Amino acid sequence: MFAALSHIRPLAAAAAALALGASLAGPLAAQQRDPAYAAARAAGQVGEKMDGYLGFVVSPSAGVKALVEDLNIKRKAVYAQQAQAQHATVEEYAFTSGCLAISRTVPGEKYQAPDGSWATRTSAPPQRDPRCP
Amino acid sequence: MTHRELTDRLRLATSLPMNERNGQARSRRGRRQGWQVARAALVMVGGSVTLGGCISVNAPDKPIVIELNINIKQEVIYRLADDAGKTIDKNPEIF
Repeated sequence: MFAALSHIRPLAAAAAALALGASLAGPLAAQQRDPAYAAARAAGQVGEKMDGYLGFVVSPSAGVKALVEDLNIKRKAVYAQQAQAQHATVEEYAFTSGCLAISRTVPGEKYQAPDGSWATRTSAPPQRDPRCP
Repeated sequence: MTHRELTDRLRLATSLPMNERNGQARSRRGRRQGWQVARAALVMVGGSVTLGGCISVNAPDKPIVIELNINIKQEVIYRLADDAGKTIDKNPEIF
């Protein structure tokens, strides 16, 4: 019985090590934007909206559409989690994140101006909602 | 010359009885048509005077859009800004 357990322990340790490796590799692998998303962003096909989600500046290809919708779902999950922790609504948290995401766009990328139109980010500060921090 | 051109244009739409004689003299359309124009103009002027006293309220042709974002208060945004910035930093793959 004990002998069997002693055999299991190294196995468990190995499994734990594997799991640890996977959990470390997971976030590391996901630390940057999907290349297709990065390309669509740089090309101005996809832009940052005021509400904290991504929007389509032009009709997207099926691949880009699926990718962006997936990112928006992931964003909403993160917003919901953080909003609860901060005792705010998801919309409030998302809107605040939208302000910051628009600020962080780089020249050439698209963002939604306060009038709702798509604007191209230049080296000048973006046009943002007056409530943005 | 300019003056004459202007009265000619005006005559077609809004010539008044007082101007009619002059307008008619220059008109190439004849006496009868001139009177018809004058009568039409008189009706139009009368109509616009009557309408001028009314207040007309028109329904908007575009749907009324209520901006829901307006409910989000600036103080809330300022309170959340710090945390939201960290959230973006922690999730670079989705931002």
